[in-house]
Amino acid sequence: MLKLLRDWSRHKYIYLMLLPVVIYYLVFLYFPMYGLQIAFKDFSPVKGILGSEWVGFKHFISFYDSYYFWRLIRNTLLISLYELVFGFPAPIILALLLNEIRSRVFKNVVQSITYLPHFISIVVVSGMLVDFLSGNGLINQLTGLFGIPSVSFLIVPEWFRTIYVSSGIWQGVGWGSIIYLAAIAGIDPSLYEAAKTDGAGRFKQILHVTLPGIMPTIIIMLILRFGTLMAGGSLEKILLLYNSTTYETADVISTFVYRRGLLQMDYGFSAAIGLFNNVINFLLLVSANKISRKINETSLW
Amino acid sequence: MKTHISWGERLFDICINVFMVVLMAVTLYPFLYVLFASFSNPSDLIQHQGLLLMPTGFSLESYKLVFENPMISIGYFNTLIYVVVGTTLNLTLTSFAAYALSRKGVRFVGPIMFAIVFTMFFSGGLIPTYLNMKHLGLLDTRWAMILPSAISTWNLLVMRTSFAGIPAALEESARIDGANDFRILFQIFIPVSLPIMAVMTLFYGVGHWNAYMDALIYLRDKDLYPLQLVLQGILITNSTDSMMSTVADVDKGLIQETIKYATIIVATVPILLLYPFLQRYFVKGVMLGSIKE
Repeated sequence: MLKLLRDWSRHKYIYLMLLPVVIYYLVFLYFPMYGLQIAFKDFSPVKGILGSEWVGFKHFISFYDSYYFWRLIRNTLLISLYELVFGFPAPIILALLLNEIRSRVFKNVVQSITYLPHFISIVVVSGMLVDFLSGNGLINQLTGLFGIPSVSFLIVPEWFRTIYVSSGIWQGVGWGSIIYLAAIAGIDPSLYEAAKTDGAGRFKQILHVTLPGIMPTIIIMLILRFGTLMAGGSLEKILLLYNSTTYETADVISTFVYRRGLLQMDYGFSAAIGLFNNVINFLLLVSANKISRKINETSLW
Repeated sequence: MKTHISWGERLFDICINVFMVVLMAVTLYPFLYVLFASFSNPSDLIQHQGLLLMPTGFSLESYKLVFENPMISIGYFNTLIYVVVGTTLNLTLTSFAAYALSRKGVRFVGPIMFAIVFTMFFSGGLIPTYLNMKHLGLLDTRWAMILPSAISTWNLLVMRTSFAGIPAALEESARIDGANDFRILFQIFIPVSLPIMAVMTLFYGVGHWNAYMDALIYLRDKDLYPLQLVLQGILITNSTDSMMSTVADVDKGLIQETIKYATIIVATVPILLLYPFLQRYFVKGVMLGSIKE
């Protein structure tokens, strides 16, 4: 008791600071977790969370049995996979090339310009995509010069993933290279000297000194990326770019949850799908983080 | 070494430089196109095919219509409120949390940290979060744009690491002088961490400026719409009609395109003006985040 009192008098201001923080996390992040029980209930807003009846795994089963299940899983995984295959190496390559630029000024200019799209809002980026990719938009005007017939890209399902992933690279390649440039800066310069005396040219140096030097960072980033494999890209961006004609390839779990839950107000069912997705994400993230910690003794925290 | 630049090396340099120039062009050109098109004469633009290297014709008509559009000014005003109030709250709470959670010998710090970090791995998800906001009575209020994002856990971890690195001697000498924790935070910790505070201000500020999802989910009342939601209406769902009440029907189709471009410019200029500062600090923020293992 005395100990508690002494602790309070010593740390009371610290507890005072913690109070709003704890309230924030409780109210805005833990209350919704409590509300997750509606995934197992026949939720009706009138009866409330506690008053609604338990239905066990009914929503999960009907989701699994639904026509959409495999389509959503496929789309979610494919978007992440395409981002992994094409989006992941891009910043690494850029960082390696940036490091080879001899002129410091030129390098700074390239960096400043390639970081820029990262700061542009997703609404503006999507708005530009919608405009450029429309039937008479800039892209079709350009391909038209070569006699290629016009395509309304955003209503063709086959084009969706390409557009999503390539615009994602445009948005993030510069920004993503920062972490690798930092890793490159940490490489011991004497390694390059040694390579040079062994007669290694620039290309050989990249391959045998720079790349191995940043390999730990690459591996960590890759493992963390695996943790987001079932996240299926950015909900905001897909919502802005997809439409009912492209659901076949563009509809992922999170967009489906958004439509069923917030537009059709099918709360219990969509909360269940969200929970299903979040549990998978959780398991992937935790294992990704565990593995990266083991491999490198470095991890998210 | 300089004397021995081989042909292979020279070719290598040329290839890299050419690649970089192309990369910069691809990155910048979409913005330049939008800029040129926004100043173009609508009827000239519609006839123009392919790249623009300068405006075709010149007209400020679309800018005039954009500025006359009440939704744009409402959106701008609301976004400014969300940026200023939101960022202030962000910085206050994040520094409270970072300070308190980086002190040694305080009870409950371990479990609280665990509970905070846990939210990075797992959340209630979209629907329970929405219903929670509904129960709290925050739908269709300005608070919906400020409270749910009051603390970014990632930023909190970065700031906490930075605070933990401040020498304990600074704190102890202040305590001997009778300063309490609030004074230590505001008069010692924050002043010695100005670079990180700048990074946080920019991270949070740009986040509020670009925030879209919360508005889409929580706001129905158009008077509360932030700029991004107004933009979505104009750029994605094509609701430029309200802006063109004074324009004759024949011209509507023509000017619709240039209005979009002018809207993009008007909504992005503040970020572009701040960009030189942003860039320097943002990069610093990413570095701090990545060194903190």
